[in-house]
Amino acid sequence: MTLSILIWLPLVFALLSAIWGNRAAARLALLGTLATLAIAISFVVRFHTGGGMQFVTDRSWISALGISYSLGLDGLNLVLVLLTTVLFAGATLMANLRSDWERPSQLYMWLLAGETAVLGAFCAQDLILFVAFFDLMLIPFYFLTGIWGAGERPERVRATTKLVIYTLVGSLLMLAAAVATGVLTAQQHNSDLTFSLAALASAPLSRGSQEWIFLCFAAAFLVKMPAFPLHGWLPDGYRTMPLPALSAFSGVVSKVAAYGFLRIVLPVFPDASVHFQELLLLIAVASILYGSAMAFSTTNARLVVGFSSVAQMGFITLGIFALNQDGVQGALLQMVNHGLVTLPLFFVVGLLAARAGGSEDLRDMGGIAFRAPVLASLFLIVGLATLAMPGSANFVGEFLILLGVFKAKVVFAFVAAVGVAMASVYVLRFFIRAMHNRVAPSVASREVGFGDLAVLAPMVLAILALALYPQFGLKRSEPAAKASVAAVSTQSAQVADATAGGRP
Amino acid sequence: MNALVTAAAHAKAPHIDYAGLSPFIALTAGAILTLLIGLARGRWVRHATPLLAIVTLGAAIGLGIWQFGEATSLVSGALLADDLTWTLLFAFAGAGIGATLLAWRSHAAQEASPGEFFSLLLFSVLGMAILVAATNLVTLFLGFELLSIPLYVLCATELRRERSLESGLKYLIVGSVGSATLVYGLALIYGATGSTDYAGIDKAIASGAGVGGDVLLLSGVGLTLVGLAFKASVAPFHQWTPDVYEGAPTPVTAFMAVATKAAALGVLLRLFDSALIGSQHDWAPMLAALAAITIVVGNVGALGQTSLKRMLAYSGVAQAGYLLAGVIVGSQLGAKATVFYLVVYLAMNLAAFAVVVARERANPADGDDLAGFAGLGRTQPSLAWPLTIAMLALAGIPATAGFIGKVFLIDALVDGDYAWLAIVLVIGSMISLGYYLRVVATMWMREAPTATTTGVPVIAGGSQEADAAARPQPEVLLVAWLAAAATIVLGIVPQPLFDLAADAGRALTGIF
Repeated sequence: MTLSILIWLPLVFALLSAIWGNRAAARLALLGTLATLAIAISFVVRFHTGGGMQFVTDRSWISALGISYSLGLDGLNLVLVLLTTVLFAGATLMANLRSDWERPSQLYMWLLAGETAVLGAFCAQDLILFVAFFDLMLIPFYFLTGIWGAGERPERVRATTKLVIYTLVGSLLMLAAAVATGVLTAQQHNSDLTFSLAALASAPLSRGSQEWIFLCFAAAFLVKMPAFPLHGWLPDGYRTMPLPALSAFSGVVSKVAAYGFLRIVLPVFPDASVHFQELLLLIAVASILYGSAMAFSTTNARLVVGFSSVAQMGFITLGIFALNQDGVQGALLQMVNHGLVTLPLFFVVGLLAARAGGSEDLRDMGGIAFRAPVLASLFLIVGLATLAMPGSANFVGEFLILLGVFKAKVVFAFVAAVGVAMASVYVLRFFIRAMHNRVAPSVASREVGFGDLAVLAPMVLAILALALYPQFGLKRSEPAAKASVAAVSTQSAQVADATAGGRP
Repeated sequence: MNALVTAAAHAKAPHIDYAGLSPFIALTAGAILTLLIGLARGRWVRHATPLLAIVTLGAAIGLGIWQFGEATSLVSGALLADDLTWTLLFAFAGAGIGATLLAWRSHAAQEASPGEFFSLLLFSVLGMAILVAATNLVTLFLGFELLSIPLYVLCATELRRERSLESGLKYLIVGSVGSATLVYGLALIYGATGSTDYAGIDKAIASGAGVGGDVLLLSGVGLTLVGLAFKASVAPFHQWTPDVYEGAPTPVTAFMAVATKAAALGVLLRLFDSALIGSQHDWAPMLAALAAITIVVGNVGALGQTSLKRMLAYSGVAQAGYLLAGVIVGSQLGAKATVFYLVVYLAMNLAAFAVVVARERANPADGDDLAGFAGLGRTQPSLAWPLTIAMLALAGIPATAGFIGKVFLIDALVDGDYAWLAIVLVIGSMISLGYYLRVVATMWMREAPTATTTGVPVIAGGSQEADAAARPQPEVLLVAWLAAAATIVLGIVPQPLFDLAADAGRALTGIF
């Protein structure tokens, strides 16, 4: 079984549910995502740890331009692919619980098309193919937000247009940069034009070209994450996006950006990565502080989760640009952790809103735990994982990230450590405001239903399982993480030598 | 008298390769035949003439395929029938077939009498073919006029609509200025190089006798460029475009938007990348500046438009800037990228214009008003999908041919050391999202207006006539869906078009 099946299966189901019509669409889509999940699990089972790139598909796509249809799994993307299929299955189930969607067949079509694009971006081993899938990811979410989003129509259209323009601005710069990478590599090394990532990594560009290309890629990825100064689309986008789409978007689409740094930027532009390390660390720390501060000052429940993602993505960026193995492994683990907590958190936001008279404002909530102990305890588990309680996998992830940064740039580690404390502030504030306190007038507390449990329980189980056994991700990603930073670490060692040697 | 006859009998006529000339002959014959049949009376003429036009264009394509792969010089070096000519001929004929289908039941064709309408269309295609095949400045001008004059008339074929007449008149005046500039420029090039033949011009420049940097030559090149820029609607010579596109009957607009642009870019490719390639370092910066201005002006201009036709006009201006990129770099890669993007551009625009035609038939008053497209995704998905695909492709979204085309162009630009223009192109694409996505958002994310499209109150049960008017005609749908499907298919399997573009590029032997 090849990776192509994994990638295109959701699209096949997307088209089927579009053709089948509104009645069967929901079940068909659920079947599709579950089948994809099963295939992803089979890949994880068959994956040979330490075996390098596996399940490789490599065909020439556009030979004239050296673009190939090349897919593969290694330690970097294996767990992320699994996470994607898990979250999309969860998101589809979430969508299934609501039966009053307008034109459901199209809703599921776009959702599943989104899964294909995300899986494609994770599996692509060709630069242009990656860019194509990366850009393509946006279109389904554009329609999902614009057609099924919350709020008034003009507002929705404005939010979704903003989302697309912000992110495509980055992506198009990346497109130019990606083409330039291939062409300039071929020119500088006098070789055939190719966009294969492995080939590009083995023949690095001159430092001058690397730097401007790095900035284009970084812009694309930082917007998508989003990181602090480039997060302008987030408040509107998160407020309007329908919850199933939002949990998939926040859970995995932002991870594609972080993954892009690991897969492309560090191996292909090692000089520039070292050169801009402090800039990126600065952005990461700023995202942590800004995201946390916004998360404990906003009263919109969705935005609490949204801004907490900014902070978490800041941690992930921090780990990546520690440029050592600890940081990268911590970042990878944290990507999975964050994905696993995001979906239940957004789902809980939906449940809370349903109990607080439809309002997602924290001021309208309170005392929801009163008659819903199961909901409260599940929410608490997810919340504690989010704030990286010792014992959770998030703790391991953040610890590794801080360890990596501590080794690389001590100052940033100290500032970032403040973010860990701030996380507990916003999570606990969210929990207390919603679940405890006096029962708000519009609140009608009730327990979770079976359907809701079907979404929440597996996710909570996954969080607990990963907390008990974080090695699941760490072990598989170790060789790949080492390979990802290999070029960078030799580069930074040289820089360190040069500065040390230059001193009198 | 007798002496004249004997002299004529002894004069040796130039050798004429009828096989190579056959597509041109087919177009001429078809155009004349269509005109003659149009004189007949009876309702069948309405259907016979467009059918004949399509058969003619199909025959031209068929003969072009037959002659493909042979580079023959025709009529003593006036024309060159090589793969570039044929590839572009396929594009012109494809656009012609699309426009014919769109015009089949249009007011314009009926009012102007179908024979004349379709005959003029065929003559225009013939002019385009001659223009891009020309290897002589005189033939170039001949083709240029043969392409333009029928179009002036076609723009004004909706005789009872003032805007259509205005559009024709405007195009005539601006077009004449363009022609005058062009012919002046051609004369100066002749003056500088002493030859009207492309090969001769190339030789004169390459001889190194100081011709290359000569002021006379450069002003000639500049004026020629301006003349062609008017036709290709390259900024700052684009001001006529939105008015003319909006006023002209939509099938004619569609034809102008795709075929005329392809012809103008084709001749730029042939003239600059073969005859004038020797002075590339002189004209390339000039052209690059024009391309950058065009990209910015076109995209910014399109942002505020409420009429879809005007928006497409500005978008066409911007796309002309992208297309110029391939000419500037003067390389095989650039030529291939331009030809590739021209074909893709044709498919994307035909899909969009076909939808506009369908909307205008349903709502003659302001069918191209963007507000009228609200809720189209729900009311008429068969129209909304092709337009969505066209808009996304024009914006360069992956999985459409527009993406591959842009990758190709950026590739050529970076390869030719014009990375800054690649960045301008990308920035232009970003701006373009602002208006392309507005169309998509209007169709899928806005509520359809509650009033009926015709403005006539609905009577219980409705009337069948009104329903029939609102439903798009099958041939219009066919064009929309075929073009949209081509856009997607070429975005996933671009190799065949690449091969065609590579053949076309190889025809330009002076560049590498």
